Amino acid sequence: MSSENLMTLNLKIWRQKNNKEKGEIVDYTIDGISPDASFLEMLDILNEKLIKEGSDPVAYDHDCREGICGMCSLMINGQAHGPEAETTTCQLHMRKYKDGDTIVIEPFRARAFPVLKDLMIDRQAFDDIIAAGGFVNVNTGNPQDANAILVPKENAELAMDAASCIGCAACVASCKNASAMLFVSAKVSQLALLPQGQVEADERVKNMVLKMDELGFGNCTNEAECEASCPKGISISNIARLNRDFLKAAVTSND
Amino acid sequence: MASSMLKYATSSVVKKQVMGVTGLLLCGFLISHLIGNCLMYLGPEVFNKYAHALVTNPLIYLAEAGLASIFLIHIGLAAKLTIENNNARPDKYFVKQKTGHGATFASSTMPYTGLIILVFLILHLLDFKFGPLHTATYGGVEMRDIYKTVVDYFQSPLSVLWYIFCMIALGIHVSHGFWSAFQSIGFWHTKYTCLLQCLAKVFAVVITLGYSALPIYCYLQGGN
Ligand code: FES
Repeated sequence: MSSENLMTLNLKIWRQKNNKEKGEIVDYTIDGISPDASFLEMLDILNEKLIKEGSDPVAYDHDCREGICGMCSLMINGQAHGPEAETTTCQLHMRKYKDGDTIVIEPFRARAFPVLKDLMIDRQAFDDIIAAGGFVNVNTGNPQDANAILVPKENAELAMDAASCIGCAACVASCKNASAMLFVSAKVSQLALLPQGQVEADERVKNMVLKMDELGFGNCTNEAECEASCPKGISISNIARLNRDFLKAAVTSND
Repeated sequence: MASSMLKYATSSVVKKQVMGVTGLLLCGFLISHLIGNCLMYLGPEVFNKYAHALVTNPLIYLAEAGLASIFLIHIGLAAKLTIENNNARPDKYFVKQKTGHGATFASSTMPYTGLIILVFLILHLLDFKFGPLHTATYGGVEMRDIYKTVVDYFQSPLSVLWYIFCMIALGIHVSHGFWSAFQSIGFWHTKYTCLLQCLAKVFAVVITLGYSALPIYCYLQGGN
């Protein structure tokens, strides 16, 4: 890599000591960034520099760095996971930017996701929603024949599409209402579309929606910014499914 | 039982569904009101007789009460949802940019266009329903000359412009609201969703143009 390709960037990063204190945007300049570096590698380089200077490195979430775990987040220039469609922050590369660019980096924001430090948020709320119903109970015993339960191919594919949700929370971050409907609808759909998910279908959708409301997420206004920001391209048709399943479960419920 | 019903009725999903259903009912009202307005083109007698038949029908109180409650539910719930949505993100973003593939101008301005329509609605009732009283007599029956009230009102270009401005806001509002209602109720199908979105736009254009034509017509009528 010839050095003339290396970029100098102006970063505006949200710094916040902890959950209690107020944060602020802090300016940094970083040079020598290769277009081949990933966005997170660029932050690593910044952090190395900060550590060398004796200052506090920027805290941010990441794990697999290959777009499958859903740990990385970041609001990059006001877009969840940055400008590229169906791409997580860890899969975003600096070739998207040019020398001298200013990049604003903020945490995903929602009442339900408190900032822990800098760019790190607490996404416990998603786990709480899953715990409220996003599972199937399976009896132990001898495994039955794999082909005993028939699944229509189309449903299998729709369920698989819904199941590709990695729970990163980009849907909530990009929604102007901080609504978690896309996440909840994907987690409801992946089971509702399969015969194995039928037994608990009504309870699941009721409990997950009520939990979502209780945790302080906003109400969906069908803008589809969630779908457009989702690194897995999950469709808002799942939200429509959630809406009708919830209505049906609520109307027919015995409690 | 009652408490569980309340629990579901106050859930985010059902609140949105009530918004959707009341919105669709109001769309129905828009169509019937527009058809009624079109009678103005047939002259004062036809229009006044129609209006007279409408207000002297004993069922009108029931219809008005129903319509008023639909409006109040739609508006009240809109206010509640907007406040809740605002609270769901207390710390705003330093920069926020749309993806360009999701939100539209119409979808992101629903509370504002809604507010314009609310102000319009109040003024509209004051200007016409509770506006200047004139009378006309047809075949020995004295009735309100609402035709004159309307034509007089639209002699001011400012009134015409304000009316058209509000009808544009209304068109924008329904262009998102119409299909959004179906999404909230849970109606989604690869075949029909596209169609519904197109239909919403067509509906919006028909409503805006349909309602805007009348004030222009009245203005052009001048003093005659
Ligand atoms: S770090 Fe695992 S998805 Fe980005």
